[in-house]
Amino acid sequence: MSGGVDSSTVAAMLRAEGNNVIGLTMQLWNQRRLAGSHGMPEAVHGRCCSLDDVYDARRVAETLGIPYYVVNQESRFEHDVVRPFVEEYLSGRTPIPCSLCNNHLKFDQLILTARQIGADLLATGHYARVEHDPDSGRWLLKRPVDRAKDQTYFLFGLTQEQLSRTLFPLGEMTKPEVRELAKQHKLALAEKPDSQEICFVPNGDYKSFIDAYLEEQGEALPDTSGELVTSSGDVIGEHSGVHNFTVGQRKGLGVATGSPLYVIQIRGDKREVVVGSGEDLMSKTLTAKRLNWISISELTEPVRVTAKIRHRHEPAAATVEPAGGDQALVTFDQPQRAVTPGQAVVFYQDDVVVGGGWIG
Amino acid sequence: MRRAYLDNNATTPVLPEVLVAMQPFFLEEFGNASSIHHHGQHTRAAIEHARENVAQLLGARSSEIVFTSGGTEADNLALFGLAQPGDHVITSTIEHHAVLNACKRLEQIGCEVTYVSVDGQGIVDPDEVHRALRPNTKLISIMAANNETGVVQRIADIGTVAAEADAYFHTDAVQAAGKVPIDVAAWKCDLLSISGHKIHAPQGIGALYVRKGTLLQPLFYGGRHERSRRAGTENVPGIVGLGKAAEIALNGFSDGSVARISELRDRIETFVTETIELVGVNSGMASRVPNTTNIYFDCIEGEAMVIALDLKGIAVSTGAACSSGAIEPSHVLTAMGLSGDRARASIRFSLGKQNTKEDVDLLLGILPEVVGRLRELSPVYNRRTVVGR
Repeated sequence: MSGGVDSSTVAAMLRAEGNNVIGLTMQLWNQRRLAGSHGMPEAVHGRCCSLDDVYDARRVAETLGIPYYVVNQESRFEHDVVRPFVEEYLSGRTPIPCSLCNNHLKFDQLILTARQIGADLLATGHYARVEHDPDSGRWLLKRPVDRAKDQTYFLFGLTQEQLSRTLFPLGEMTKPEVRELAKQHKLALAEKPDSQEICFVPNGDYKSFIDAYLEEQGEALPDTSGELVTSSGDVIGEHSGVHNFTVGQRKGLGVATGSPLYVIQIRGDKREVVVGSGEDLMSKTLTAKRLNWISISELTEPVRVTAKIRHRHEPAAATVEPAGGDQALVTFDQPQRAVTPGQAVVFYQDDVVVGGGWIG
Repeated sequence: MRRAYLDNNATTPVLPEVLVAMQPFFLEEFGNASSIHHHGQHTRAAIEHARENVAQLLGARSSEIVFTSGGTEADNLALFGLAQPGDHVITSTIEHHAVLNACKRLEQIGCEVTYVSVDGQGIVDPDEVHRALRPNTKLISIMAANNETGVVQRIADIGTVAAEADAYFHTDAVQAAGKVPIDVAAWKCDLLSISGHKIHAPQGIGALYVRKGTLLQPLFYGGRHERSRRAGTENVPGIVGLGKAAEIALNGFSDGSVARISELRDRIETFVTETIELVGVNSGMASRVPNTTNIYFDCIEGEAMVIALDLKGIAVSTGAACSSGAIEPSHVLTAMGLSGDRARASIRFSLGKQNTKEDVDLLLGILPEVVGRLRELSPVYNRRTVVGR
């Protein structure tokens, strides 16, 4: 329970159905740690793990009459989510901490805690559906009814074991329906706004976060500055550090040319930021690594899918085929814009998540 | 569900006799003790009677007792009442946050603070306190009994160190009161804090013993209550409750109730160490208050164990809760040198006067199963088993 509308409504729904419900909130990050340093804001309310949110979650649990506990996962969160987030940026990739949090915290440690305290299943407020397919014997992850809220992109790493112990009660509902239900259950937070940003990064300002975090750790920000080059290898300028760039970025390149320039590649090892035209930004293929399969047990032959390469990307028709080791080659029917290393590629067949991997 | 409350170092239920003593002071005896009329006189008499009872529990004179809102205020009054910028203060690494965080604040306002460490049993060595002395040492503050382990410190020896150095000596006796006899003269302390709700009085009342002649800077400014040491209209029902609880606590040393609690505690320790593998009593070799046992169950997460036990009706605790309610690793156990894993695997069981053998048996009936399930699902335990084979 995050203290938001979605997980609170889930608790209310399950309670109303007569289930024996236990509320759990994960304390993941202490917002006060970096408050006030290096351009980080002082005010801490209204973000993940803030006392306000824990207060809201606790009030919901009281209203519903369910036991409620806060479990401290700060050290695991830092080790499994925050550190990799910082390191990915510093090596020129664009990370998705939400997927790491789902894989390592919510559906790993939290399921373990739930089982340890005697619970059978973990229910969350994610917008997704989980179903058991009697034909294949596999647990399926499916897109939710409310496509605008679809969170399956962040859930592609769930194992069969994890899915078998998971409930997504909101998968059949739209967000307005969820808010209406929250009102019917007299949950005071029915009108609370949705959270959008990465929970531990205030105002989406990841650069200030990285500065403040490294300073707190007593580590110097590594020098990742280098040259701006074109795809043909011409040096056209210098840049302040690879972590300040992401593929597809147009602003802030510090060079003026006649036609619009975009970041088309970041070569972390050479500290090079490669720029090019809008056309150079298009890719027909990508390599996916560290794969997880959901509707199939393994990829043995080329499979037709739609593939989604970032959270706000409309899945595009593609063929995915084995590429040796723990890798797959994805070939799109039409070139896609800004394929970004560090992001996930998730494969769908209609509503069903086939699997996914990390863009290498 | 039958429930057993075994977290009496967090707080204790108000005893029925204490409630009865307090009740008239809500409706009938409502006067302000500073008023000169009949109503004021009655509450004044009740406050002074309570003060005598508290003084008796501590071996002090009643004029040396200052009522406060609780243990935290008593600790703060002692520390901020004496230490001035430029002074040196000695405390320990295992103090309650009421002292530790007050000391951090003292450092911010220009005091020097030395935090003496403890040994593997959680004991402060008086010689180490002696070695920490400086010419400007104004105050030594070392707790009488630790809230997490129950370890009773060598307070009289530390009092001697302070007296010889001509430094003030404060002891936080919140977890000692009612559990071990207190004698401020024998302990050679100048200030001593107690809290009502740890000895079956209500929350929101406490007291600071201040040796006659000790000049304290008050925390609050207002009327001349408590001999100008603590301004603010007295919490009369709370004070009356604390007085009654102090009387009952003192009787506990002779009427067998402390001994009975000690037997229940030993029952837990004997059962756990004899029937469950990979456990041990933290500070088991030290002199401890009779109601507390802190036990590590290797390869479990104490946090999950507290939740699992609560869902079965058993209230216990681990470490200290932070502001969100999440559990932080115990600064006391880590100061004793326990590994982070073992500190997180440690559970505190603390008994009170209301606890019965049935409460303890309820715990002991559930504990092996709960520990078993936690270990069955523990990656650490399973790795260990594989290696063991």
